[in-house]
Amino acid sequence: MNQEELLKQMYEATLLGNAPVVLELTNAGLAMGLTPEILLFDSLIPSLEEVGARFERGDFFVPEMLIAGRAMAGALEVLRPLMVATGVEPVGTFLMGTVKGDVHDIGKNLVDIMLEGAGFHVIDLGVQVAPERFVEAIVEHKPDIVGFSAFLTTTMPMFKANMNALEKAGLRNEVIVMVGGAPVTQEYADAVGADGYAADASAAVKLAKDLLARRRSVAVA
Amino acid sequence: MHTVISSPTREVVIGPDQPFCVIGERINPTGRKIFQEQLRAGDLSRIALDVAQQVAGGATVLDVNMGVPLADEVELMVQAVTMIQELTDLPLCLDSSVIEALEAGLSTYQGKALVNSVTAEDDRLAAILPLVKRHGAAIIALPNDEFEIPYDPERRLELARKVVTVATTEYGIALEDVLIDPLAMPIGADTSLVIKTLETIELIASELGVNMTLGASNVSFGMPDRATLGAVFLPLAMRAGLTSAIMDARSSELVRAVRAGDLLLDRDPWGGAWIAAHRSQRAAGES
Repeated sequence: MNQEELLKQMYEATLLGNAPVVLELTNAGLAMGLTPEILLFDSLIPSLEEVGARFERGDFFVPEMLIAGRAMAGALEVLRPLMVATGVEPVGTFLMGTVKGDVHDIGKNLVDIMLEGAGFHVIDLGVQVAPERFVEAIVEHKPDIVGFSAFLTTTMPMFKANMNALEKAGLRNEVIVMVGGAPVTQEYADAVGADGYAADASAAVKLAKDLLARRRSVAVA
Repeated sequence: MHTVISSPTREVVIGPDQPFCVIGERINPTGRKIFQEQLRAGDLSRIALDVAQQVAGGATVLDVNMGVPLADEVELMVQAVTMIQELTDLPLCLDSSVIEALEAGLSTYQGKALVNSVTAEDDRLAAILPLVKRHGAAIIALPNDEFEIPYDPERRLELARKVVTVATTEYGIALEDVLIDPLAMPIGADTSLVIKTLETIELIASELGVNMTLGASNVSFGMPDRATLGAVFLPLAMRAGLTSAIMDARSSELVRAVRAGDLLLDRDPWGGAWIAAHRSQRAAGES
């Protein structure tokens, strides 16, 4: 198997969510002299982008997205320490949590997996995360993006409480804020002053990358 | 155990020996962008179509949820309840996590309503159960608390038992007026979730003997061919002890699956309802 074949096979295996094969090919690729960046950017990430595209077209379904994301996360466990050692930055750090008063986490966990699959370093604070807890974690982890999840119309107002806490702590401009959850809408996201809203896990990943790219281009300019 | 809910001119009895209670889920803006915008603009006209389609589809109760972000949910609930009761005599299930919306809905509603829902959190119980008692309504209780949505059926039973105990002993609500939601979860997120729901239904049926309802559409979320999944899930859940579901009553595949379940589980004596449905469908086809 040459390098090109390996990258192609890894792309296919990720698309199918075949975690053991993806892991095997990751190790084989490294042994062959491929760099973590090549494995990531020329195979794994394009594959997961294709998963997202298929999901959006209605050709792929939630479990397929999940296993692809997990297969990719398995490869990343091997690649991440190597990339850290060689000074390659992760795509970005994403701090995630379900707001205070809310214990729903199925959707949030799905977004976690897809973000990890896309190369983000994800820190999940779990459910019932109070505004002060978000503030502490932002100070501690310095994420690029923080994501608030809410499943109930009664807990959605915590988005605003979280935003206020961020403002008060002087952190609002330090992070990109994304919100999501079943009852959440773009209008609501705008009303609380979030930077972005996505309706599903695949859209969330795309948006996270876009917002981050935009912020970084602004920072450079 | 029989739970009776009503409108001024119709009674619906929920129970293990009764035809399965089909609660139509459609009057709910979650995930319906156009409907959300209409409701925010104070336009409730779309509800008439939702009512008509669900009545035609065979709903026995209609769920009413007016949870639109950035809108006055209390006012919308009052208007919706008034409007729906003019359009149909099916009893209603008032669905909100906003206590004021439930209160306003209950005050407006004519008859004995079902309230969706209360959790096992102490502050929610203390806020909602007095309302339910005062209005003589029935309540759907979710076995989750402020810490978790339990995966384990035994833990769900424990929380269900807590709600039942608090409702009956502290607030004097009749046992038959407490329905438990055994929590239906998406099979697409984890293929072990639905069996946990079925186990919970069995446990609650044998330990508490109360009526149960759940959001059947949750099960097929994110999967293809949702109708077939629902049409198989519902009879499985009925056999386990589920007596009602909040479901897509416009789907003939789902409603027929439930009515077949009634017949096969001996809740449709001599197949009268099953045969009558067939006959009216044939007549409709011939006309």
